[in-house]
Amino acid sequence: MPCRKFTKSELVKIKPVNKASGMIHSFETFGALDGPGIRFVAFLEGCPLRCAYCHNRDMLDLKNYMKMSAKALLEEVGKYKAYFGKNGGVTVSGGDPVLQPKFTLEFLKLCKKAKIHTALDTSLFTSKKVIDSFLPYTDLFMISLKHFDSETHRCLTGVPNEKILENIRYLSEKLGRAGSAKIRFRYVILPGYTDTKENLKALREFLGEVKFDLIELLPYHTYGVYKWKKLGLNYLLKGVASPSKKSIQKIKKMLEKDGFKVLISE
Amino acid sequence: MSKTTIDVASFIRRNYTPYSGDESFLEKPTRKTVKVWGKTKQLLNKEFKKGGVLGVDVKTVSTITSHKPGYIDRSNESIVGVQTDKPLIRALKPGGGIKLAEKTCEVLGYKPDPTIHEMYTKYITTHNDAVFDIYKYWDEFKTPAGKFFRSEGIITGLPDNYSRGRIIGDYRRIALYGIDLLLAERMADEERICGSYMNEENLNKRVEFHKQTKSLKDLKTMAASYGFDIGKPAKDVKEAIQWLYFGYLAAVKEQDGAAMSMGRIDAFIDIYAEKDLKKGKYTESEVQQFVDDFVIKLRIVRHLRHPEYDALFAGDPTWVTCVLGGMRVGTGKVKGRAKAGKHMVTKTSFRLLHTLTNLGPAPEPNLTILWSDGLPEGFKQYSSRVAIESSSLQFENDDLMRHYHGDDYGIACCVSAMAIGKEMQFFGARCNLPKLLLLLINEGRNELSGDLVIDGLKPLKNKKTLEYREVSQRFYKLMDWLAKKYVETMNVIHYMHDRHHYENSQMALHDPEIHRFMAFGMAGMSIVADSLSAIKHAKVRPVYNKKGIATDFKITGAYPAFGNDDARVDNIAIELCKKFTTALRKYPTYRGAEHSLSLLTITANVVYGKHTGATPDGRKAFEPFAPGANPMHNRDKKGALASLNSVAKLPYDYCRDGISNTFSITPSTLGKTSDDREENLMNMLDGYFKKGGHHINVNVINREVLEDAMAKPWKYPQLTIRVSGYAVNFIKLTKEQQTEVISRTFHKKFY
Repeated sequence: MPCRKFTKSELVKIKPVNKASGMIHSFETFGALDGPGIRFVAFLEGCPLRCAYCHNRDMLDLKNYMKMSAKALLEEVGKYKAYFGKNGGVTVSGGDPVLQPKFTLEFLKLCKKAKIHTALDTSLFTSKKVIDSFLPYTDLFMISLKHFDSETHRCLTGVPNEKILENIRYLSEKLGRAGSAKIRFRYVILPGYTDTKENLKALREFLGEVKFDLIELLPYHTYGVYKWKKLGLNYLLKGVASPSKKSIQKIKKMLEKDGFKVLISE
Repeated sequence: MSKTTIDVASFIRRNYTPYSGDESFLEKPTRKTVKVWGKTKQLLNKEFKKGGVLGVDVKTVSTITSHKPGYIDRSNESIVGVQTDKPLIRALKPGGGIKLAEKTCEVLGYKPDPTIHEMYTKYITTHNDAVFDIYKYWDEFKTPAGKFFRSEGIITGLPDNYSRGRIIGDYRRIALYGIDLLLAERMADEERICGSYMNEENLNKRVEFHKQTKSLKDLKTMAASYGFDIGKPAKDVKEAIQWLYFGYLAAVKEQDGAAMSMGRIDAFIDIYAEKDLKKGKYTESEVQQFVDDFVIKLRIVRHLRHPEYDALFAGDPTWVTCVLGGMRVGTGKVKGRAKAGKHMVTKTSFRLLHTLTNLGPAPEPNLTILWSDGLPEGFKQYSSRVAIESSSLQFENDDLMRHYHGDDYGIACCVSAMAIGKEMQFFGARCNLPKLLLLLINEGRNELSGDLVIDGLKPLKNKKTLEYREVSQRFYKLMDWLAKKYVETMNVIHYMHDRHHYENSQMALHDPEIHRFMAFGMAGMSIVADSLSAIKHAKVRPVYNKKGIATDFKITGAYPAFGNDDARVDNIAIELCKKFTTALRKYPTYRGAEHSLSLLTITANVVYGKHTGATPDGRKAFEPFAPGANPMHNRDKKGALASLNSVAKLPYDYCRDGISNTFSITPSTLGKTSDDREENLMNMLDGYFKKGGHHINVNVINREVLEDAMAKPWKYPQLTIRVSGYAVNFIKLTKEQQTEVISRTFHKKFY
């Protein structure tokens, strides 16, 4: 199992940045896979985690980005508003928006003022203060669940999972009933790691504790590996294959039996 | 004097039943349909195995009455009629040109008939003969090297050696009125309009009216040979479809223009269907059977085509374009355009779409949804779903077109709107805009042959590094030079076509006096926009060969490319459209036709690329153009919607012949579940048209499927995709065209 420690230079890049102007890596104007409807997906630079299977490894080191004010980014979004219809909107992703909490908050505020539906794609590895600040301006939290054994979690992502799980419980409590609309989970099926019996058991137990809309199962894939190679980084999950359609269906059925709503790509 | 009684549009408006429900009423194919379609598929397979042509009747000049009746499966067909006496056999229509027709026969392995040869080379002047007779003695049509200008590839696809197409007869008139009344009215029209004095103007009209009335009589004779008296109006939905189809059939027996389109028939047929269903004369199943049978006939329309034509217009297209839906013209205006009234979706709009399920996907008839925000949800959802499942639909902006053409218009070919029976188009194919730019850079020389095409074109002052002001200003001047030649060439072609290969039956089914458009075209617009953008925002240095011709371009620095919703280059694209149309409008047209312009290439974008050297945008020599108004392959970097936004900005007011946009996406990129995909497609269409987009082809298909179809075409006899302006059977494309389609921007997300 790949297990790593953060290097000194990485420890700098995982600390939250509190600047008003944002570091944006890129955007996707036709995001049909990052939340409900058609969404403008802003990929923010930087992340507090360093997941071994990250498919956006090129967006994490605060090296490759455009500097944009929240206002300028909203102007860009405005060009695509006509396509959102009733259920589309903006998704702030990356990387992880929690690395730029001040900018993200400002941007979410502007979106809500413009009556645009907002979604956050995040690990929620942040402070309760940041969560509180986001709450009034976020219509949907899409939270990544990585692994339920803290040590394995640390090996796979660079951080233990206690803070994340605590934050989710905190958010769920604060939202109460509204959580059934405002919280979604994203869970990568990484064969041999996240699809083990124990981990799935822990997942199901955890899901039973919180109110949420649905859980999205994402099959592990290797389309992002070339980015690691390009950066000269060692990809630690060599040889791990994507899960079969069958195995994903199995996990889906298991969760549905528990009464949970599951979303997979058909 | 009495006025004409012919008014199909009013009949429709007064009698149609708008349908706002969903597709649950639709019926699967009847046993009879399954039998007929089964036999048809066998024939299609035979045709494919024979290399794409089942047979050619070389002995008969095709007219409305030249052939005995033909059937696919006489005991099971409910709608009858084929172009010759056997389905899928192609016919000679040498009126357009005998040379091309005979060359085609020979290439396909058929010996031309000596009697027909003698008739058309010694005694009959064809359209082609007449046009080239003018070309021969028209000095300005020749290059300094003595070649015809049309051979330089600057203006291409001219209908000077075959029929011109782009005329939609109002075939519904036969069903509504019967031939006898149409005849009487046309003769009365002659009296009403021509007056008694025999002067030149009246004689010209009389000559055309007489051609038309003769063809109406021939139509009656042809229908009688199939056992039908179409002198009287249709009595029920079966007759309505049959009478209407006979009208279309006459057109494709007489003419073989590229675009022989169907028009707008859904609400019309539905009026009869509703009546019959209420009376209990026919069941829903039977009505669907008639529609299925009719569509089978449209799928087997064939024209005699030279392989060179197939390279230009791949996949054996016929453009039997059939529009569905649309909105009524409402009262009042919004943003200067007429508001929409009630919608015109009927159950027959659904039935026609349903043929893609009952008979499987096919590129013909070219089903086209007239989209408006006000369309009922059920129809929007159903057409989105069908588009995703079959990749055989195109969508067009009804709000834009209704403003100019009202609520009874159809589309000719792919994107060209006109009011049915009241307007027609003089088809003009298109010019190769990038080649024109290269002419400027190379002092009037063809960049591939080195031949001088334009005399006296001074060299650019800034030859080492191209300078924007100089290039753009001189390019617009050159556009004007081309506009004059283009208009004149079209005047020659259409003057002669009216005289030597007139569309008798189609014009009989128009009003006696109509509005004409002269339809010009532009290919490679995105290349020129990007080239000018590169020259403006980056450094473009031509690489000259020993003869001083720029054979490549070195670009230093980045430039904004068309397709990223960036005003810096999008405004250049808009300017190109406006400038060209404005230039064209300066030159008087034959019969006072209104100038119109399209951005449309069909699959000819591959061929244009082959005939064009490297361009200043970084495109390498011989690489394909983008189709229609699309951004160049893979230059749209901000995702699909940014690409749509750029195209939506192009001014329809200056491009009234249509702006074609092909959109390809894999299913998984469009959404996670089929419900998501439907919803996302609908929202995408709403947004695109709200922003002023005119047209979009939707291809929702996997790259892997296409690659497989290239390798194993027999597995995919019905695989349909949309290619700039129409759908095509993928396996009928050449390998080259298939590769180009696959490499074209596939918006694929991996995460």
